[in-house]
Amino acid sequence: MLKNLLAAMAIACAGAAAFVSGAAQAKSDITVAIQLEPPNLDPTGAAAQAIDQVLYANVFEGLTRFRADGSIAPGLAESWEITDDGKVYVFKLRKGVTFHDGSSFDAADVKFSLDRARAADSKNAQKALFASIADVAVIDPLTVKLTLKAPNGRLLFNLAWGDAVMVAPESVKTLATKPIGTGAFKFVKWVKGDRIELERNAAYWGEKPALAKATFRFISDPTAAFAAMMAGDIDVFAGFPAPENLPLFKADARFQVLVGSTEGETILAMNHKRKPFDDVRVRKAISMAIDRKAIIDGAMFGVGAPIGTHFAPHHPDYVDLTAKSPYDPAAAKKLLAEAGYPKGFKTTLKLPPPSYARRGGEIIAAQLRAIGVEVEIANVEWAQWLEEVFRGKNYGLTIVSHTEPMDIGIYARDDYYFQYSSPKFKAVMAKLNLATDPAARSALLKQAQTILAEDYVNGFLFELAWPTVAKAGVKGLWLNQPTAALDLTGVSWAK
Amino acid sequence: MIRYLLGRLASLIISLIVASLVIFFVIEIIPGDPAAYMLGVGAQPDTLAALRAELGLDVSKPERYLRWVSGMLQGDFGISYTYRSPVSEMILERMWVSLPLALYALILSTLIAFPAGIYAASRRGKTGDFAVMGLSQLGVAIPNFWFAMLLVLAFAINLRLFASGGFPGWDKGFWVGMHALTLPAISLALPQAAILARIMRSALIDMLGEDFVRTARAKGLSRAQALRRHALRNALIPVLTIIGLQFSFLLAGAIVIEKVFYLPGLGRLIFQSISSRDLIVVESTVMLLVFVVIMVNFAVDIAYAAIDPRLRRRR
Repeated sequence: MLKNLLAAMAIACAGAAAFVSGAAQAKSDITVAIQLEPPNLDPTGAAAQAIDQVLYANVFEGLTRFRADGSIAPGLAESWEITDDGKVYVFKLRKGVTFHDGSSFDAADVKFSLDRARAADSKNAQKALFASIADVAVIDPLTVKLTLKAPNGRLLFNLAWGDAVMVAPESVKTLATKPIGTGAFKFVKWVKGDRIELERNAAYWGEKPALAKATFRFISDPTAAFAAMMAGDIDVFAGFPAPENLPLFKADARFQVLVGSTEGETILAMNHKRKPFDDVRVRKAISMAIDRKAIIDGAMFGVGAPIGTHFAPHHPDYVDLTAKSPYDPAAAKKLLAEAGYPKGFKTTLKLPPPSYARRGGEIIAAQLRAIGVEVEIANVEWAQWLEEVFRGKNYGLTIVSHTEPMDIGIYARDDYYFQYSSPKFKAVMAKLNLATDPAARSALLKQAQTILAEDYVNGFLFELAWPTVAKAGVKGLWLNQPTAALDLTGVSWAK
Repeated sequence: MIRYLLGRLASLIISLIVASLVIFFVIEIIPGDPAAYMLGVGAQPDTLAALRAELGLDVSKPERYLRWVSGMLQGDFGISYTYRSPVSEMILERMWVSLPLALYALILSTLIAFPAGIYAASRRGKTGDFAVMGLSQLGVAIPNFWFAMLLVLAFAINLRLFASGGFPGWDKGFWVGMHALTLPAISLALPQAAILARIMRSALIDMLGEDFVRTARAKGLSRAQALRRHALRNALIPVLTIIGLQFSFLLAGAIVIEKVFYLPGLGRLIFQSISSRDLIVVESTVMLLVFVVIMVNFAVDIAYAAIDPRLRRRR
């Protein structure tokens, strides 16, 4: 009797195992989690990164696109020609591209999309990307001519952003709730607060994705994120919110952990219009009072690369300038005394919600206290930060990660919230904007980085890391975040 | 009875008007501009102005208040700034999670608390009483989010009997939905049950000291019979009050539990909308919750009258 029972159980187990492995082989759907839910689904109408994480490259495509390594590749434009003066771009569009509603994509859609983004009443969060465009002209259904006001070495890069994706005039009013693009995945449904579902676009112009169905879920609580991964409910968690748990996943054969980098330069911004931060010696003292390693270890559990200027370390033109502001509290104290603050001073440190700011802020406050700077910490919400710090410039110090790719140009804007104003830097940027020769651009970028480091404009802390936790069988995920994206077109399950 | 009801109704309407004023103006003075939040740090001034105009943020506050209230009276709760969809639709979607969850938790807590409270009262001063009271002390003391994490650890990660969170939707079937709400409902219900059991017990014990119970005993009823037939009905008034309060709490106060189980409930909607300064969503949702709470209290008042004939006669 017992023997029979055991045999029956063994058969049942084997059957179950076969069923499970069979299911694994056929697996073509994926559940992906990100921290925040997109507020709406129109990448051309809001700044939220979550919108691009769900839709960029999956549902929407632009004329050009970011590759996983951050380089720019042809998107809906198959090729382009640039006139010698750098002022006219002629784009050849791909043939046979259709929107998900069945309408065809052609040059008129390109003109519509770009004109809409740069119009006077445009609600595009990155309108500055299109500022150099003077005119968009349709030459034939598959050819578009862009005329610029002045040469712009960044045009192809700008057109790759999520804010520059191609949309159709017919669907533009309802993009926020029903996105219609040209991508390899079609939008299926959005259960607000819970999930967004995408499915393979059978009519896609390019290589069809391996996945038939993708579900995005939104989990911001670090404990819940950990539990959801451990319980097996989520296949991929991009931007995992609990770096303290990464070693646990690394040690577990069921999972893989990818730690990539982002375009997020995390800085301790200083208000140059507020005393004593107008004095370069004070700024240098603060930069030297900061122990970057302690912050990365303490606030980010060791993930993140130290930076010495406002530039992403994985970029080919990056210059390592961390040696300009080494950790040296004694020297920092001396500098403060030279600047007329032998006993230090008091200031405010406003911290937005992300943990890099809240946890990093506590550590920085302690480090600054060591050189006599008394920091009063104020925790603020994002909306408050934007109002008080970014717009109102009412702060002494703040910590924030600047996640826009290649955003060194913000230092050329006098009214930007740290209110840095350097004619020298602005001159370099002006040259850069006109330069199209790669070697010249690279030299200028290096020069710009060095100026920022030598002016000790802000405390440059670290490049924000991008941790992804995934089940062991998932292949083709992006390691880095050259732009906010979770490109699923190349993702598949190992057999 | 009619006068009693009219009195309650008048206070209900005044409460609603005051609540709408407080909600609107308190939320409007929070620093932060919804348009700036949506467009982020790359936004240009003209883009911000265009968006503010589209969202209707460029008119004066009193005018916006009047528009909001008159809209609500016609059943129009406005359009969310960030989600760009009607607020009423969003609330309704979330209600399909929050309302069943609150009811589920309330039923669970009542099912636990009633027998536990009655048992403890009937065994007053004996081991059974101490055991129930000890457990309820524990139930009150344990934070529900921590209990929730324990449940996830045990039932989702180790035993794999439940999902760690999320809500598949009622379209996948009633039992699938109930299954997904079970762990959240248990973690919400436990502290509520503990409180309710204590209230039930002390209310019953108070009643057991009353003359009418002694009379009932004198007429030959056993202690248990007297408790069930005479004391219980009278002890229900304080218990009902607590149930009413608990229901209101469960409906909106499940924010933490909704976060732990990443459920698309009302609490999280409000939480997210506050941080993204989606003021219209916050205002309308909070107003609706206030309305529900006031209605529940109104219903409880009526229930008092139903249970206690003196209330009916006196007024």
